[in-house]
Amino acid sequence: MSEKIVNDFSITIGTVNGSGSQTANNTILRSLFKMGIPVSGKNIFPSNIQGLSTWYTIRVNKDGFTARRDAHEIVICMNSNSFSQDLANVLPGGAFFYTDSIKLDITRDDIEVYRLPVKDIMREQKDVPKQLKDLVANMVYVGVLAQSIGIDLEQIRTALDYHFKGKQKPIDLNFKVIEKSVEWAKGNLEKTDPYFVKPMNKNDGLIMTDGNTAAAIGSIYGGVQFMGWYPITPGSSLAEGIIEYLPILRKREDGKHTYAVIQAEDELAAIGMAIGAGFSGLRAMTATSGPGLSLMTEFAGLAYYAEVPVVIWDVQRVGPSTGLPTRTSQGDLTFTHYIGHGDTEQIILLPGNANECFEFGWRAFDIAENLQSPVFVLSDLDLGMNQWMAKPFEYPNEPMDRGKVLWEEDLEKLNGDWGRYRDVDNDGIPYRTVPGNKHPASAYFLRGTGHDENGNLTEDSATWTRMLDRIKKKYYKAVEFIPAPIIEKKKGAKIGIIAMGSTELAVREARHQLETEANIKSDSMRIRGIPFAEDVPKFIESHEQNYVFEMNRDGQLYQLLLGEYPHLADHLISEAFNDGLPATAQWILDSILIKEKI
Amino acid sequence: MAEPLQMAGSKIKVNRIGLQKTDYRGNLTTLCQGCGHNSISNQIIAACYEANILPEDVVKFSGIGCSSKSPSYFLSRSFGFNSLHGRMPSVATGALFGNKYLHGIGVSGDGDTTNIGMGQFKHVIRRNVPLVYIIENNGVYGLTKGQFSATAEVGLNLKYQGVNSYMPIDIPKEALIAGASFIARSFAGDPKQVKELLKAALSHRGIAILDIISPCVTFNNSDEAYHSYAWGREHEVAIHDLSYVPPSEEITVDYAEGEFKEVTLHDGSKILLKKLEREYDPTSRVDAMRVLEESDNSESLLTGLIYIDPDRPDLIEQHNLVDEPLNRLNESDLRPAADTIDMINNLMF
Ligand SMILES: Cc1ncc(C[n+]2csc(CCOP(=O)(O)OP(=O)(O)O)c2C)c(N)n1
Ligand code: SF4
Ligand SMILES: [Mg+2]
Repeated sequence: MSEKIVNDFSITIGTVNGSGSQTANNTILRSLFKMGIPVSGKNIFPSNIQGLSTWYTIRVNKDGFTARRDAHEIVICMNSNSFSQDLANVLPGGAFFYTDSIKLDITRDDIEVYRLPVKDIMREQKDVPKQLKDLVANMVYVGVLAQSIGIDLEQIRTALDYHFKGKQKPIDLNFKVIEKSVEWAKGNLEKTDPYFVKPMNKNDGLIMTDGNTAAAIGSIYGGVQFMGWYPITPGSSLAEGIIEYLPILRKREDGKHTYAVIQAEDELAAIGMAIGAGFSGLRAMTATSGPGLSLMTEFAGLAYYAEVPVVIWDVQRVGPSTGLPTRTSQGDLTFTHYIGHGDTEQIILLPGNANECFEFGWRAFDIAENLQSPVFVLSDLDLGMNQWMAKPFEYPNEPMDRGKVLWEEDLEKLNGDWGRYRDVDNDGIPYRTVPGNKHPASAYFLRGTGHDENGNLTEDSATWTRMLDRIKKKYYKAVEFIPAPIIEKKKGAKIGIIAMGSTELAVREARHQLETEANIKSDSMRIRGIPFAEDVPKFIESHEQNYVFEMNRDGQLYQLLLGEYPHLADHLISEAFNDGLPATAQWILDSILIKEKI
Repeated sequence: MAEPLQMAGSKIKVNRIGLQKTDYRGNLTTLCQGCGHNSISNQIIAACYEANILPEDVVKFSGIGCSSKSPSYFLSRSFGFNSLHGRMPSVATGALFGNKYLHGIGVSGDGDTTNIGMGQFKHVIRRNVPLVYIIENNGVYGLTKGQFSATAEVGLNLKYQGVNSYMPIDIPKEALIAGASFIARSFAGDPKQVKELLKAALSHRGIAILDIISPCVTFNNSDEAYHSYAWGREHEVAIHDLSYVPPSEEITVDYAEGEFKEVTLHDGSKILLKKLEREYDPTSRVDAMRVLEESDNSESLLTGLIYIDPDRPDLIEQHNLVDEPLNRLNESDLRPAADTIDMINNLMF
């Protein structure tokens, strides 16, 4: 065996979709996390319930670089359909584990190969009910892998305990198979590959969660009162998170509810309900993905022009059309920014990790209500559905901002003299009232048709222009609320790297590689919202070359930057690519090295 | 807006909550003179006035169309939301959660409901959203100038459209199949019935579908057209004579035994249904379907309360909301306490 390689490799597990491998994969991921090793897990799954090939990639990295890699040092194959592909994917010198039910030839001699005695071990498991046999069989690879690379069995038990919510029976059932497999491996598996894990203490105080759960819980801390939604991958689990955690976090002694969640008949209705609730003074939201967002277009324009607060989460997947429904992308940026016909420009938040999903979850409501505007939050499938290491969620550090709402006593003071769309404070933000206000002057008639400062219908040209200009004023005011970009600097850096969302870890790793492998120092800026904060043009200006990395074909962030700062065009280089898989550092590294001619 | 002045000895008529009928007014209509929609707006004003409903307790909703414009022509003191073509039901659904004590009145057109909005129409019904949902049904698209709507009868001949060969959609039948808890049909040319039905609908907890034939005098009012005034006048067959008796009011009308049926609504008000030509029980879905089918075959315009189930829980009740209107809750009700954050973090892995 060559020299040991510790805490720095990727494991890919190929299984059949619907075979229950998620439990096994999560168990491996979580036990590595509990061992204190920086780790990530990415589910590369098909749009299918049962039968197609699916992969799960785990990366451990002692330095905290846990973005996806294309290379796989260890491959576990449980699926005869993906056998040849999986076999080909192992790096030379890597390890290949495969289930003994696959009777195909091993055609490589540059890797270490191990057979998994799934059948034999499962045959002995007399107490596993027949219908569970296939599910539990996945634990064989957990056990063999654990023995081979050195995963702590105690942590595996902790992971199972979490997964099965402390239910002893399934925990024992699965753990027994793992123990048997470990025993088998101890006696029969001669370790010839160099890959090992060793406990560290890098994850102290961290939690593991997925972006959608974080967003759901964040929204609850934001006081969500109404959610209309329609199922779609990868948006669904955000709504389902809200359904799961609302009863826990907003429990009252009288058992009554301060909220309502409705699964609508489609996305038109989902956003229609949310906008109705927003008009009514509720903190209202919806969550969807590309195809659903397309259906929300007309309503998005209405809410923009009629100035209704509403929060819309788009957990992006690959489009156009049904596209690659279970793969990740950053392809909805320009569409979302301009969603609605005519003169619309929408406010967007761009979370880059699970903590920001949580934070933007509550913050989005404050922005929407303060500015009386839709606020879009663009997450993506990778961020939303995969497990990420995160800092513990932090309680909101600011009180709720309900914006300018007039109630009975306010109208009393004004002698009822108010107008829904008057720019009283000269900040572009009008005052509003909500239904149920008993003051006889409280009501107004909300419409998407041309209206004046008092909300009255008009088709007057000058009024139209005036209203639209005021809304634009509000949009620029949004800059005050948009989270500042995260800027990381290196002394002597010549180039800038600009990115958004879930590519954060890939960028960080690539910057490290650029410096250590090619002596190129770089600064980076992760943009966290639109309209762009003031620091954005400053950063661009301060580098001759800024590479704009994003997961789409046409460089949408690049286009928006170009549109906003045409005078900085010379400073911007577009690096856009999307194949549906989470970004790798290699992509960023290679793209820059080619351009920097090294 | 000022409170109505009640001068001593003055003859200004007010209702039981001290409001004059003018307090229920809206802006001046901009619809065509003689449009059925205007007459329905007037009956909404009259019904709310007579039923002693505070305008501030009403929220109006509509989609897009001539009909959908009409909420600005009644109840100016009520909030309103003129939404998107075909999407009024979803907006109303969300908005009514804001304050569960409000009355929702939705106005839609036949195109708005049975063409572009058929999906939302069906779903707002199955959820039993507490909404008076009025379809001002004229068989055409008024606002886009006279195209066929899905309620146009086979054989209808329109100036620029030719002859309709498609089967019409029957709104009460669709409502019945979707599970509506209150279904009525009426005719803008029969204002008294429209008004009584509206009052009953406003007292009903749950969805109340009112399919009101409302002639478009500009595009579809020739004598032989099913949605015209002339046809309606000649073919209207009321299944009963209907009157609404507010909660705490005595029944004063004298009917002979067996001549009338009484339905008690959620708020204690009653609908009195006086038997006309036939026996009719509006609490039977089977009877409802039968009379609708019969009226189709006899080419008559059947009007009245076709179906009612006064006891079905509405959407808001299903959600078991707190007593306080949701839109008056504040941070302490909505944001979980600071000490919950550790508990939540512990729930993560
Ligand atoms: C999405 C969309 N498509 C088309 C239109 C154009 N449009 C406006 S009103 C209308 C039809 C209205 O017909 P109906 O609901 O029967 O109302 P009426 O005018 O007859 O009262 C149409 C098609 C629109 N406003 N929005
Ligand atoms: S066009 Fe028809 S529906 Fe529209 S206002 Fe005129 S009469 Fe009424
Ligand atoms: Mg019509």
